[in-house]
Amino acid sequence: MSAPGLQVTGSAWLGEAPLFEGLDFRAVSAGWTCVLGPSGVGKSTLIRLVAGLDTGARFEGRVAASDGAPLADRVAWMAQQDDLLPWLTAAQNAGLGARMRGGRADPAAVGALLARVGLSAQSARRPAQLSGGQRQRVALARTLMEDRPVVLLDEPFSALDARTRAEMQDLAFEMLAGRTVVLVTHDPGEAARLGAHIWLMGPDGLSEVEVPEAPAIRAVDDPGCLKVQGELLKRMRAAA
Amino acid sequence: MKYLVPTLALLALWQGIVWLGDMPAFILPSPLRVATALWSNAGLILQHAGVTLAEVLAGLVLGALLGAATALAMAVSPFARSLIRPALVLTQALPVFALAPILTLWLGYGLWSKVLMAVLIIYFPVASAFFDGLMRTPAGWLDLARVMGAPKRSVLWHMRVPAAIPSLASGLRLAAVYAPIGAIIGEWVGASQGLGYLMLLANGRAKIDLMFAALIVLAAMTLLLHRAVGWACDRAVARMG
Repeated sequence: MSAPGLQVTGSAWLGEAPLFEGLDFRAVSAGWTCVLGPSGVGKSTLIRLVAGLDTGARFEGRVAASDGAPLADRVAWMAQQDDLLPWLTAAQNAGLGARMRGGRADPAAVGALLARVGLSAQSARRPAQLSGGQRQRVALARTLMEDRPVVLLDEPFSALDARTRAEMQDLAFEMLAGRTVVLVTHDPGEAARLGAHIWLMGPDGLSEVEVPEAPAIRAVDDPGCLKVQGELLKRMRAAA
Repeated sequence: MKYLVPTLALLALWQGIVWLGDMPAFILPSPLRVATALWSNAGLILQHAGVTLAEVLAGLVLGALLGAATALAMAVSPFARSLIRPALVLTQALPVFALAPILTLWLGYGLWSKVLMAVLIIYFPVASAFFDGLMRTPAGWLDLARVMGAPKRSVLWHMRVPAAIPSLASGLRLAAVYAPIGAIIGEWVGASQGLGYLMLLANGRAKIDLMFAALIVLAAMTLLLHRAVGWACDRAVARMG
């Protein structure tokens, strides 16, 4: 599986009002690219365009992979809500993709992935019997079961408490190694920890910002990471 | 148990009115008199109740199937939606009771005119409740299905239908209490058996105690039906999660 880089260029409008104009976004192949910004600047629109989902905006431009091949069927999606089906067990939810395509997920593969996210003992449980962090780990297992080279994450850790969020960041970074990951977030600390590249998205558009020296994933108390986190927050406040 | 106190209070009130108002038995028979009528006519009432129950059950099953099928058709096809929706609203604007004489004329005095009345009454609540449920699938699930490359048929059977089961259940709970109304109206308009027929007959012969007895059996039957449907729905919803 070779993970392509991504490029999105163009402009989008919500009705008559421009959402972003002359955007030129690039994501590195086989690494984490973070898009940081406040709500309402079009972060979600950007990542949904890559996923091929409805955005509610009018988009004129181009979404492309660096290898020139179409992106459809090469993308996996994980959102802020875990979107687990409440009537299915954790294992059935993890294998949802195969079920939705009319097949059946390989139980051994599902079991192995649930073990890697630390949920072997919970595989027969329904989502209602799991904690928020556990549910999001099932969602991560479901994303990995799809085994796609490009993984799009739309604020997947935002609803978690600080400790669980840091754990999920570690786990996701480890498990998504080798894939092209785009993470949309409004948390400067998250972007500073995870991004090989960080884009700041504001009302004036998109700009690439400097990342910490240490390679991702950075320790939560890494001085370079904390410094960048502070600078990102300052720039976000200045832009508003 | 929770019905015991209100029931006893109601019976006491009833008996009180009969005593204090000095009501003649052909206007308002006492509870005891009704109980006696119920007991001494048990065979007759049960026989007619069986007919009404058969009409109600047939109407419930047919109406639920038709309503659910309509909701599914509207959910998958915008064309069907544009076609059926106005017709559905129109059927609601038309008082179904007014159709009873026509249905009797067309289908005769037997079972089917009553079954069709019950079907007509429950069709709309079932179809509209289930349709609402089918159109309210969480957007995040649909995004996920889209990115997974799921065909529409899969999205319908694996996400939209299971997610709409609680809505369908609330439609069916309503249907369980509406269906007997349809059957009784049908029997009033023209029948030779059934609780509605028995009530009219008893009324005509000033056997008001028998009329009340039939009414009580009808109410009990409807309550039991509502309970049974509610129980089945609760189980289905629990399974859905």
